[in-house]
Amino acid sequence: MATYNTNDLKNGLRVMIDDAPCTIVDAEFVKPGKGQAFCRLKYRNLKTGRVNERTYRSTESLEGADVVDVDMQYLYNDGERWHFMVPETFEQYEIDEKAMGEAKMWVKGQEQCIVTLWNGIPIVVEPPNFVELAVTETDPGVRGDTSGGGGKPATLETGAVVRVPLFINIGDMLKVDTRSGEYVSRAKT
Amino acid sequence: MAGAETVSDSWRPTVTLPVMRQRARLLATLRAFFASRDVLEVETPLLSQAAVTDRHLDSLVTDVQVPGQGLRRYYLQTSPEFAMKRLLASGSGPIYQIARVFRNGERGRLHNPEFTMLEWYRPGYDHHALMDEVDALLQALELVPAPARFSYAEAFRNYAGVDPFVNDIARLRHCLVAHDVDVSAALHDQARDSWLDLILTHVIEPQWRRQALNCYLYDYPPSQAALARIRHSPGLPAVAERFELYLHGIEVANGYHELTDVNEQRRRFLHDLALRQQQQLPQVPVDDRLLAALQAGLPACAGIAIGIDRLLMVLAGVDTLQQVMCFPLERA
Repeated sequence: MATYNTNDLKNGLRVMIDDAPCTIVDAEFVKPGKGQAFCRLKYRNLKTGRVNERTYRSTESLEGADVVDVDMQYLYNDGERWHFMVPETFEQYEIDEKAMGEAKMWVKGQEQCIVTLWNGIPIVVEPPNFVELAVTETDPGVRGDTSGGGGKPATLETGAVVRVPLFINIGDMLKVDTRSGEYVSRAKT
Repeated sequence: MAGAETVSDSWRPTVTLPVMRQRARLLATLRAFFASRDVLEVETPLLSQAAVTDRHLDSLVTDVQVPGQGLRRYYLQTSPEFAMKRLLASGSGPIYQIARVFRNGERGRLHNPEFTMLEWYRPGYDHHALMDEVDALLQALELVPAPARFSYAEAFRNYAGVDPFVNDIARLRHCLVAHDVDVSAALHDQARDSWLDLILTHVIEPQWRRQALNCYLYDYPPSQAALARIRHSPGLPAVAERFELYLHGIEVANGYHELTDVNEQRRRFLHDLALRQQQQLPQVPVDDRLLAALQAGLPACAGIAIGIDRLLMVLAGVDTLQQVMCFPLERA
């Protein structure tokens, strides 16, 4: 894998920090006029999602991380693992609960996801920005209320709970934004 | 910055027309200020056969074809200081210069390898008298409020809770940990001054930026004297009569009650070269003409260099150097 001098780090670059694959969020050149030059890095640990900061000597080098994003289709869950396929090659991957993270709340099958592989092993799954899921449980709707003011919780077929307007009923298909976890609209059928 | 940007965009300036106009007004105000105070504008060469020895400054190098002499190595100045001190020693009286300066390896939100510097010298002044004149200049630029004055020791005590003259490295390191500053293992064995630099840039300056504070920092540890004279007072730690100006928490200027002692100057040059050798940095030719000028007699004086681009950043209320420069490095 390539190594990078801290001076050459750009946002989005993937490097190894503390034996974990990380994405550079920001690299700031810091130098007092009469003092030593530093590189102040802000980085996101791809496995935990946490953002940290660390300051390096301006001449240090970091090892690149063997990380790729692959488009995959979610197939099914066998009770323990989530199965994905690369549509072009039919290559299949089994992904554990830890790597699935929040994505498991949003997929039921057939969705196109972005799977991040580190040394060929899935570490992060990014679901589509919008998914369509059926409501399996919610309090009865209130007649005449179409404003959506107030709202109520609704459980979706994947187990996710979202806040929905009062007029939503069991069996409705909803469009949900997976980034915010918020209800967008009723899905057109 | 540059990145995926195409050539078709990159011919355009990164500065807006209003800020270009503001730069022109700033330069006119500066020249009027010094004209009214009988400070003489001078020009000195950007190219020099000698270079700055400071190990934290990396000079750009060029080879000049001289007829009859072949290629001669020249260094682009990192500041016009040495040439201006030769003028002072020759009896110029108070002088100023607005010059392009060059520093290799520096690029970031607040750095560009080529930038504009205002440098001036006042025979007979000490660093506090020069701070008074800087106050007057900032007033002429309608930049308020006037900067507060903190000694280096005061600033470290009040904003970081450490004594920069007394505390050991373990204590300085603990200060960074306490302020959630994580540093790479490769920095753990660095010299004391680098720990102080880390505290200044990672603990103190961020507080000043949040408060948009204007202040001077003065009386540095002697190990950071650069070209300032050192003051010894009975019962107190020796201090370097150096100062820096911060506007909105951004370092914009560095000044000295200037070192005039030729032997001390030579000693510092040689010390710098020894440190360069230790750290496997390029050796550079010492400025013998500056030493000869000091030998002939540099009048007691104070001098300061202000980064004009950063000053303009503060005046224009923008966050990056490229918003005040027509063509930063990537578009030059």
